[in-house]
Amino acid sequence: MNAIELSWWQLVLASSLVVALAACTHFARLGLGRSLLVAAARTAIQLALIGLVLEALFAVGSLHWVALMGIAMLLLSGREVVARQKYRLRGGWSFAIGTVSMFISAFSVTVLTLLAVIDPHPWYDPRYAIPLLGMLLGNTMTGVSLGLDRLTESARRSRDIIENRLMLGETWADACSDFRREAMRAGLMPIINSMAAAGIVSLPGMMTGQILAGSPPALAVKYQILVMFTIAAGTGFGTFAAVATCARRLFDDRERLRVDRLTAG
Amino acid sequence: MAGLTLERIAVGALKDIHLDVAPGEIVCLSGPSGSGKSRLLRAVSDLEPHGGTARLGGVEQGAVAGHRWRRSVMMVPAESAWWFDSVGEHLHKPMPEALEALGFSDETASWSVSRLSSGEKQRLALVRTLSREPRALLLDEPTANLDETTTRRLEDWLLPLIRKRRLPVLWVAHGGEQIRRLAGRHFRIEGARLVEEPVRT
Repeated sequence: MNAIELSWWQLVLASSLVVALAACTHFARLGLGRSLLVAAARTAIQLALIGLVLEALFAVGSLHWVALMGIAMLLLSGREVVARQKYRLRGGWSFAIGTVSMFISAFSVTVLTLLAVIDPHPWYDPRYAIPLLGMLLGNTMTGVSLGLDRLTESARRSRDIIENRLMLGETWADACSDFRREAMRAGLMPIINSMAAAGIVSLPGMMTGQILAGSPPALAVKYQILVMFTIAAGTGFGTFAAVATCARRLFDDRERLRVDRLTAG
Repeated sequence: MAGLTLERIAVGALKDIHLDVAPGEIVCLSGPSGSGKSRLLRAVSDLEPHGGTARLGGVEQGAVAGHRWRRSVMMVPAESAWWFDSVGEHLHKPMPEALEALGFSDETASWSVSRLSSGEKQRLALVRTLSREPRALLLDEPTANLDETTTRRLEDWLLPLIRKRRLPVLWVAHGGEQIRRLAGRHFRIEGARLVEEPVRT
């Protein structure tokens, strides 16, 4: 790696651009200046902290600490899924469904990719495991939260349709099949779009970062393809599991639609 | 064909509702709005949690899966919902005679549901339900959006069919005239109970 060293004062220079933007929006009375500055400050602080954590983690490199880090990331993304719901299931079900489906998909895809494709030594080498898991969780989280949000919203909005189908003797799965399909589509659209546009419209963030950090483009491309495929698989399986479980939970054991199990998030 | 029995049904304000509807019999329910007529039908259809149970012949509500119960005991709501593009896609089999009897034609099956009037929806919802061959019917004001002529036309088609198929029917109705034409028996909801009213004076 022959990355050009980036010093903190150079970042200060970059931050002055954000400050300038905030000043402009402030004078134009757009009311965005404050949240822009807060978000920029959060980026700097959070990433600096995670940088320290990763340095320490890479130095220790034990399976325990990697696993602990993975679980912390999982729980935080589970919380994030719930926060993005307009309506959520009562009694912590949204958190549970989101977390479990992300665990099943993101963790198993990460482990599978580490073992079967990248094959570092040891297999849980945090230098590979953590970034890969992070990217998978981030994208699966988007898919799961979009999927769940769409499903619960249509259950409320289209209650008449679902119940009328139940009245005609359809099973709960048939009665909500259209809405499950819509929810899956909503969850998977971002990754399908970014796979289709990769390299043509956009240079994916990870690849750009790698090239900037000095990797040869050919290698960066291979890693990017790998990441795209694992993200697609992780998002797809995660969204599928979450939407299927949530749909089941919207009906009780008598196959009645129970919108009373939803509460405004 | 089997009769429909309500045993100790409790839902909303209604408590301890007992009712036997014989095969081929129409029992009319009436009561002020908000008295729980629709909820009673929903409870019999097992669409919402309720106390007590219902029975179709020897089969108890809770003994079969929800969708199997509702495949026998079908409810037609006051406001029907439509999910496919065309009318025909909602029918389980072509219903040329029913459509003709209600003033529609063969072409109606290809109509787009987005252009149906509320009266058309109401009649077609009934055709849609009967195309699935229910064994009991729960009708929630099925003629509320129809004018007098269309109402009579619907009754002239539906009543013989109910008798021929020997379906037990719970029919939520408003007008006293209509109840006199249809009902074997008539119950008015009063508070938590059903009070039997004379049908013919």
